Amino acid sequence: MSSFFDRVFGRSGKGGSSVKAKERLQFILVHDRINLPPERLEEMKAEILKVISKYVSVDSDHVDIALQKRERSPYLVAEIPFQKTVEAPDDDESTPAPPKPADPADKPKPQ
Amino acid sequence: MAANGGEAGSKRTAQRAKVVTITSGKGGVGKTTTAANVGVALARVNQRVVMIDADIGLRNLDIIMGLENRIVYDLVDVVEGRCKLRQAMIKHKQFPELYLIPAAQTRDKTAVSPADMVQIADQLRSECDFIIIDCPAGIERGFRNAIAPADEVLIVTNPEVSAVRDADRIIGLLEAENKNPAKLIINRVKADMVRKGDMLSPEDVTDILAIKIIGIVPEDDAVVTSSNAGMPLAMTENSRAGQAYRDIARRLMGEQVPFAQVEEPSGFFKRLGRIFGGN
Ligand SMILES: Nc1ncnc2c1ncn2[C@@H]1O[C@H](COP(=O)(O)OP(=O)(O)OP(=O)(O)O)[C@@H](O)[C@H]1O
Ligand SMILES: [Mg+2]
Repeated sequence: MSSFFDRVFGRSGKGGSSVKAKERLQFILVHDRINLPPERLEEMKAEILKVISKYVSVDSDHVDIALQKRERSPYLVAEIPFQKTVEAPDDDESTPAPPKPADPADKPKPQ
Repeated sequence: MAANGGEAGSKRTAQRAKVVTITSGKGGVGKTTTAANVGVALARVNQRVVMIDADIGLRNLDIIMGLENRIVYDLVDVVEGRCKLRQAMIKHKQFPELYLIPAAQTRDKTAVSPADMVQIADQLRSECDFIIIDCPAGIERGFRNAIAPADEVLIVTNPEVSAVRDADRIIGLLEAENKNPAKLIINRVKADMVRKGDMLSPEDVTDILAIKIIGIVPEDDAVVTSSNAGMPLAMTENSRAGQAYRDIARRLMGEQVPFAQVEEPSGFFKRLGRIFGGN
């Protein structure tokens, strides 16, 4: 992230290894602070999605569940869009497709 | 009841010294160097200072201060009742109101408890303006001992991923203890590398750790030469790191010292001052 400070220093803002260092640190610290290693976080995300998918169909391509830090406090921020209702391929107006994810013909479900 | 607030060197009315603990998490980042220099810098402006080396088993502060030949008793002797507190306080030659209580070299950290440290600090509070405690690396007993009596904790870090990570751990532990918010000293900053984007800048580090900064100390060969001589470089003028330590001392006394006062030819620290100055 570029800042006043970077400009004052004439810092290139990219390329330098400090950018990498900062990114890595932010990642490490957010996990340290909640005492949840990245692997476990992935498991937790999968489980959250599984529960939600029991009730609604989730657009799993665009799910974004991530840890964030505001000041020194960590948050779990989730953006979980629902699947758009898929119309049947021919213009059959009588029955809109039910929001079932388990229709393999509709769309390959990534996960 | 800010015992040591107010203008430089003018406070003699203090009833209670401020206990300042210098810690870090990661080892070798410059705690002992910082403790020695901040202690000397405070003594230079007529503060009465007692330094305590809490790194039992690995005592160092006596050497950096050039007082290693004068040790008779140490902290553990005090705790175990072999001497009076006074007898373990080594007076500095140049500064008659600067004292060091050395650590024991042949014992381990369990020889002292946090309650012992609180008691010793309380005995000293009425007799001096600052008690500076040099904390050992790590988060075990030695750390607990060093922070127990602290009014203020200064966390030393280097602008490197591992050191900043460990500093964050310490901040978390201090928060859990309900200590006053710790303040940060970033040591061994290399201006040219920061400028090239190859070293975390002081702002990067404070941004990540989200605590107040009280000092930015440049990498400086004079730190090593002065340690060799047992004369902390804050004793003399003309070194950039020494100036940074003197500035930290003044901030501890409640002065507003802009970071601009540390400088190198490129003007790196001068410009830095405009960012951090006045807060
Ligand atoms: N600003 C600096 N510039 C150059 N060298 C430095 C600087 N600060 C510290 N050093 C060097 O780094 C080394 C470690 O410093 P120091 O002993 O103060 O660290 P420490 O945190 O007390 O270590 P430990 O965790 O072992 O107690 C020393 O050799 C010291 O001279
Ligand atoms: Mg040390």
